[in-house]
Amino acid sequence: MAKVPPRRLVSRFTRMVIDRSISWDLVGIVVPIAAFGLAPKFYSNELLLTYMMVYIVMAQGINISYGFTGYLPFGYVGFFGAGAYAGSLAVLDLHVPAILGVLIGGVGGLLVGSLLLPLFRLRGAYFAIGSLAAANALADIISNPSLTSITNGPYGINLASAYSSGEIYVSAMVLVGLSLAVVFYLRHSQFGLSLRAIKEDEYSASMAGVNVVKQRSIAWLMAATMAGMAGSIFGWATTVFYPSAVFDTSISVISIVFALFGGTGSLWGPTFGAIVLYSAYTAVGISNPQYFQLIYGVIIIALILFAPKGIVGVAKTTRARIFTRGKQVV
Amino acid sequence: MPNEGKLAYLLFEYSIIAGVLLGIFYAFLSMGLNLIFGVQKIINLAHGDMVMLGGFGAWELYYTYHVNPILAVVIVIPFTVALGLALYYLLIPRLSGATDMETLSLVLFFGVSQVIEALTTLGLGNNERNLPINSIPSHPIHVLGQAFAAEAWVAAGVSLPLLALFFFYLYGTPLGRQTRAVMADSNEAAAVGIDSGRVSAISFGIGLALATSSGVMAIFVLGGVNPSEGPGLTIIAFAIVVFGSLGNPFGTLLGGVLFGIAYEAAQVYATSWSDLVPLVLVLGVILLKPQGLLGKRTRVV
Repeated sequence: MAKVPPRRLVSRFTRMVIDRSISWDLVGIVVPIAAFGLAPKFYSNELLLTYMMVYIVMAQGINISYGFTGYLPFGYVGFFGAGAYAGSLAVLDLHVPAILGVLIGGVGGLLVGSLLLPLFRLRGAYFAIGSLAAANALADIISNPSLTSITNGPYGINLASAYSSGEIYVSAMVLVGLSLAVVFYLRHSQFGLSLRAIKEDEYSASMAGVNVVKQRSIAWLMAATMAGMAGSIFGWATTVFYPSAVFDTSISVISIVFALFGGTGSLWGPTFGAIVLYSAYTAVGISNPQYFQLIYGVIIIALILFAPKGIVGVAKTTRARIFTRGKQVV
Repeated sequence: MPNEGKLAYLLFEYSIIAGVLLGIFYAFLSMGLNLIFGVQKIINLAHGDMVMLGGFGAWELYYTYHVNPILAVVIVIPFTVALGLALYYLLIPRLSGATDMETLSLVLFFGVSQVIEALTTLGLGNNERNLPINSIPSHPIHVLGQAFAAEAWVAAGVSLPLLALFFFYLYGTPLGRQTRAVMADSNEAAAVGIDSGRVSAISFGIGLALATSSGVMAIFVLGGVNPSEGPGLTIIAFAIVVFGSLGNPFGTLLGGVLFGIAYEAAQVYATSWSDLVPLVLVLGVILLKPQGLLGKRTRVV
């Protein structure tokens, strides 16, 4: 009987675990896309499904920024609004097709993200509040009556001429797929590994040869571009919107809650959080938004105090407890 | 009719005087944020919401119990200290063991801010509320031949003695000395026998009380109180506190006055852009001089 040396056994087992997490994450890309592909057959309100997909992208964007680099942007909505405006103005003034407008919205998010790169010299509260101030400043500038000739100031945007529910729905699906693919890449690539190393300990990571500033900036710009595209799809689907709607801080809040609820750093978590909480949101009805603000606030507090790793984290520890019952957990 | 140069001078003079008055009030409004940060290294993102609660407190006191707003400035203090102690012991001990306490506390107080805003809106409605202007001395005050709104003088006049009292507490009482010891180094403070948990709890209460107390006057300065004004005020307070250096109470005084002058100048010279002042200020300061005006060393949050 040939004996397998124990070292080999361990390494094969490790490899299997890694493979399993890869296949599990692949399922996490395919299932939501398939579900949204089939959903219109069972549920007629495509607008709500589109909004749900927009929020999945936003939650995954928060995931990229907070889950992989540890930076929590309260002003994430700034990219969303910038994208909505960049896309809409391109469609209205340059008469580009709306799908191209979505890409231009992404460029808008990317540009604002590049402008805000100096914020990365800051940390913690400085960064969080700095990004919020930047988003508010951008909203103030865009909605300023002095700029009515360019942005239509506080009077908003009307995209009715570009409306096409089919195209909007498919673009949203593609964007969800894109965002999930980016998170998948971050979870299973050396680039993502270096981001996590930076998050854990910036100095050790840079000692180990990781280009801290560059890696972090790339992740940030990816998150900004995604939010820009999400914003322009939101604007396209909403048709008529005011600056206060696309620069509403509660969009940041909702995205953060969805991401934290599901669990940051994972691929399933933010998708799960967005689908569950957004369904709950629409099922109860949007009669009084303050109830949701209250519930979201309570969820944030409860998560921070009791489950900082979100539902995915709770599921993991529960599974570990069940499968290692009576055994020593290393 | 004054000539061009004379008019420009009068406008300039006006913006400086009105700015200093406004600045004293804003220094008072921001001081609590700095105290809580100094002691616990926590940025209280619900600071602006406490200011808002103070405003609603004064409104209730005025209309239900006919209490003069100037008196309400003092009355809200003990209630807020009690609320602060309760919040502190409910939230902070669970957080203290966490590895990433700084970001987690930020998110936590973000949640607290959302809850306060939602509860206030649900309980009191989404409308802006006002107090009658004649509930405080309201006759315009003339200085150097120019008329200044009375509420600016009243707000500054109420803020100054309370600020003086706060500085006396911090620099002249045993508890204040202990507070400054914890601000300097909480481990060293614990080593010489200071109960830093107790000091932190009391400072948290006082920090919130400074906010609600300033909220009473905010009704007059901001022209009303509404449930969603909190986050905007938090940003202004943060700008002022960072401008003057985090953890330095005198810096906040200076930052407040400079903010007031900048804001009034923007009001005079570029009205439609004046709301950008606090935002530009906060971005400029944290990017160019994150240690603040009076900061000797960089203090990373």
